[in-house]
Amino acid sequence: MAAYVNRCSNLLVFIFILSVFLFVDSQQTTPVNEQHTNTADNPQPAAESATQTAEEGRWEATEVDEAALGDSAADKLGVRASDTFVLTPTPQPKDDFQEELVIRPLHSGDIYASFQFRTLWETDFMRENKVSHYRLFPKSLGQVISKFSVRELHISFTQGYWRTMQWGQPFLPSPPGAELWVWFQDSVTDVDAAWKELTNVLSGIFCASLNFIDSTNTVQPSASFKPLGIVNETDHRFLRYATLPREIVCTENLTPWKKLLPCGSKAGLAVLLKSEKLFHSSFFSQTVHIRPVCQDRECKTTSWELRQTLNVVFDLHTSGQGKREWSLFKMFSRTLTEACPLASSSKIYIDVTDNPQEEYFELSPATPLLSQAVVLGDRRTFSVYDLTQQVTFGTVRSLNLLIRWKSTEGDMLRPLLHAERYVAGYGLQTGEIHTVMYNNHPFRSFPVLLLDSVPWYLRLYIHTLTVTSKGKDNTPSYIHYQPSKDRMRPHLLEMLVQLPPHSVTEVTVQFERALLKWTEYTPDPNHGFYVGSSVISALVPSSVAMDTNITQEQPLFSSFFPCKEESSYFVRVYTEPLLVNLPTPDFSMPYNVICLTCTVVAVGYGSLYNLLTRSFQIEEPNPRLAKKIANFIRRIRGVPLLS
Amino acid sequence: MSALLKRSCSHNMLAAIIMLIFICFCVHFQNTAGQFFSSGHTNNWAVLVCTSRFWFNYRHVANTLSVYRSVKRLGIPDSHIVLMLADDMACNHRNPKPATVFSHRNMELNVYGDDVEVDYRGYEVTVENFLRVLTGRLPPSTPRSKRLLSDDRSNILIYLTGHGGNGFLKFQDSEEISNVELADAFEQMWQKRRYNELLFIIDTCQGASMYERFYSPNIMALASSQVGEDSLSHQPDLAIGVHLMDRYTFYLLEFLEDIHPASKSNMNDLFKVCPKSQCVSTPGHRTDLFLRDPGSVLITDFFGSVRKVEITMEAIHLTDPILHPMSEEVQEKTYSYVDQLPVSEIIHQKPKQKDWHPPDGFILGLWTLILLVFFKTYGIKHLKHIF
Repeated sequence: MAAYVNRCSNLLVFIFILSVFLFVDSQQTTPVNEQHTNTADNPQPAAESATQTAEEGRWEATEVDEAALGDSAADKLGVRASDTFVLTPTPQPKDDFQEELVIRPLHSGDIYASFQFRTLWETDFMRENKVSHYRLFPKSLGQVISKFSVRELHISFTQGYWRTMQWGQPFLPSPPGAELWVWFQDSVTDVDAAWKELTNVLSGIFCASLNFIDSTNTVQPSASFKPLGIVNETDHRFLRYATLPREIVCTENLTPWKKLLPCGSKAGLAVLLKSEKLFHSSFFSQTVHIRPVCQDRECKTTSWELRQTLNVVFDLHTSGQGKREWSLFKMFSRTLTEACPLASSSKIYIDVTDNPQEEYFELSPATPLLSQAVVLGDRRTFSVYDLTQQVTFGTVRSLNLLIRWKSTEGDMLRPLLHAERYVAGYGLQTGEIHTVMYNNHPFRSFPVLLLDSVPWYLRLYIHTLTVTSKGKDNTPSYIHYQPSKDRMRPHLLEMLVQLPPHSVTEVTVQFERALLKWTEYTPDPNHGFYVGSSVISALVPSSVAMDTNITQEQPLFSSFFPCKEESSYFVRVYTEPLLVNLPTPDFSMPYNVICLTCTVVAVGYGSLYNLLTRSFQIEEPNPRLAKKIANFIRRIRGVPLLS
Repeated sequence: MSALLKRSCSHNMLAAIIMLIFICFCVHFQNTAGQFFSSGHTNNWAVLVCTSRFWFNYRHVANTLSVYRSVKRLGIPDSHIVLMLADDMACNHRNPKPATVFSHRNMELNVYGDDVEVDYRGYEVTVENFLRVLTGRLPPSTPRSKRLLSDDRSNILIYLTGHGGNGFLKFQDSEEISNVELADAFEQMWQKRRYNELLFIIDTCQGASMYERFYSPNIMALASSQVGEDSLSHQPDLAIGVHLMDRYTFYLLEFLEDIHPASKSNMNDLFKVCPKSQCVSTPGHRTDLFLRDPGSVLITDFFGSVRKVEITMEAIHLTDPILHPMSEEVQEKTYSYVDQLPVSEIIHQKPKQKDWHPPDGFILGLWTLILLVFFKTYGIKHLKHIF
């Protein structure tokens, strides 16, 4: 026992020395990196190099910095692995957890905060022997994956609509309400049954009404959704997609989501996730993405990635009290004191691209670390706070980032693609769905794939489908249409359209509203019925070369969609969901009819029956007693009786 | 010697007294422990239902959540609570403070909390689902969090609130459950051995009519009002714009806030909650089906939770740690990410042929054969007889 303690303490001392060495090492390597940057690695445009000369001391190149950090992280991981090896004789499958928070100040004065948590696990759920020992990966999801043979699972819960024109593109888009799409393994024989059961299980895990997903709102897109993880072949029979546009998102969905994190909401960035603040916002979205990813550059073995993201846009006027000033405390009513101890990396990125010389806003405390990443076709610059370094928290042992605006003007880069949708027409019989897609690129056209899933009770007149851009017909190069079946399946319409440069493309289709059966109406039918968002998948031309190597260490927010070519990037845009009024009967009518019918039957038929069955007699009035006696006497006397 | 003897004697006396005290203490301890387990249940469940939709029924959600808060505080875990809320008040767009539901004026007590788990919500709260939860007749794929997995040793608390009338309770303003249906459901639960004792509380107008028809044993019932009476609301709030709670549940929550897991309050104290001077309506209760004396039933028998602890004297040998055979087989296949929008591939994607159709040449050949056979049989000269 004593020897064991001794060895442990030895080990601790060793780790301590190693960490001190690492720290000193990193301190020393920083200036070296800087010099590297200044001499060899100088890709910046003129404006940015001006900044660089102005603030020589604090610039740091991304790649070198990231690589160095990656190395140190790997070192630590190695230390930890050897540590566990000493304590338990069996080597554990490697897993890794990273967390980061990206904050992007928006020009409207609103602020966009995006949390990204990633758990990687080098295991295989599809092996014969069951995976039974879980460390960082949540067991509830691991069991779901192995039980239902899920290859990929993407689920999002969103409240509010992402306003692309005001806020730009989100790092990860999601439609209002709940969205679920799943790729099953090709070993699954009855995909529909597995899908049904899976939705039920997920509704239990996330406290959501996902059990309302059935055949009437599930579609199998033929081209819109491709696997985001690694695969050998794709067969769209194993894909299911469904949205619930009316799903409520509230604390009860956030609670189980937080429980999936290795540190829960006890430590790390997740302590900021307080529901009173998060739901007091213009937009809230929480997602879970599970997919197999490459372990290494060769990509021969897979590991499972669980990515949990949470996006929130705080409104300046409702929560900022109108002052253009934000801090972590103001946004989340908490400050940060530590990183999640289980995380291998824990960082905060602040987008300072539009603010190279702090002319729009200032950050405090300032950070010397800068990083660059290619996000959605644009090279962005970020200030980085590394929470694993104690220096970040300063002397007060807590980090409360402050963003203070200096000027109110400034315009944002217009998003190259955005879309909107609305219902036209009047009355309750027919209508027309308009989907409008804007290509704001000045000289490039690009293809978009539009997916519409419309419930069966809107009967689409597909012969009225028109696609026009710039006043001319724009023939789609691919159309996939699956008509609906009443109470069985929805309409599915997929179209590949080329959007001309600087144009507006409008897709219209007419529909007729069906009459539902009495019991099919919701308890509040006058609210209307929702039609889920259209999904627009597009390859948008990129202004900078995209990074096609996905295995390289990148910030989490920029590495979700795999990128195959450098000239364009993939983006998905969701339109607004529609709220359509259906012809609604007066639900008190049956009651009224019953009452009226009963009255008619009682009065009309009753009196008729009475008339037909009653026999009529003339009733002799009973004479008075005095008269009786008088008549008796008169009869005796033989006098005529009184009448 | 005598002194020594005397001293030892006194020692003995002292030891005996200590022993006696110890034995007494032990007996007392056993008695208290016996009392603790005397109620005969080994687990606790709660089914809390708010049946009203729409913002102006905020108070019903607050009612249900305040009971939820109390039972959770007293130890029933979320896995043993089936919470049904017919509408979302916390994240309703009319709520000036999102993700909160307040039970007190001036926003003093947020009963929604930061870790609520709602099992049935919105359109899921129907009479059918409620009865299915009670009787356990749910589809097999229903997750555990949506089931009432009680047994014959379970004490169940059932709390209902909403709009009701004489003999019925409305669900979502579109359907209703009658007192006869409810009584039959409880009988079915009893026959299926789904409860040991059941406490039924209802806060609705004419609430007493809902427990009139009960006939199954071991049910104690409370209602906020008698037949012919309305249950009234309480705590109007100007910022939220609606009443925050109903009177009966408000005072019930006030009563429950003082209960702690070891408190000795019994059901008679619960019956005294919200007298007519406070409630305006007359709360009622029914105990004739209940076998025990309400004075001996602790509040925590229903609102709290017991954990079943079994002490074993046998040593348990843990098996060897599970070995992970690290499969070193190197897969030859190289995986890759797919193109997210493969335009050329999509364009050349062939539309799926749904049903098999014979090839056109085959049909053409068949017709040719028929015609040939026809002309061979009848010849050209007979053509005039045909047409």
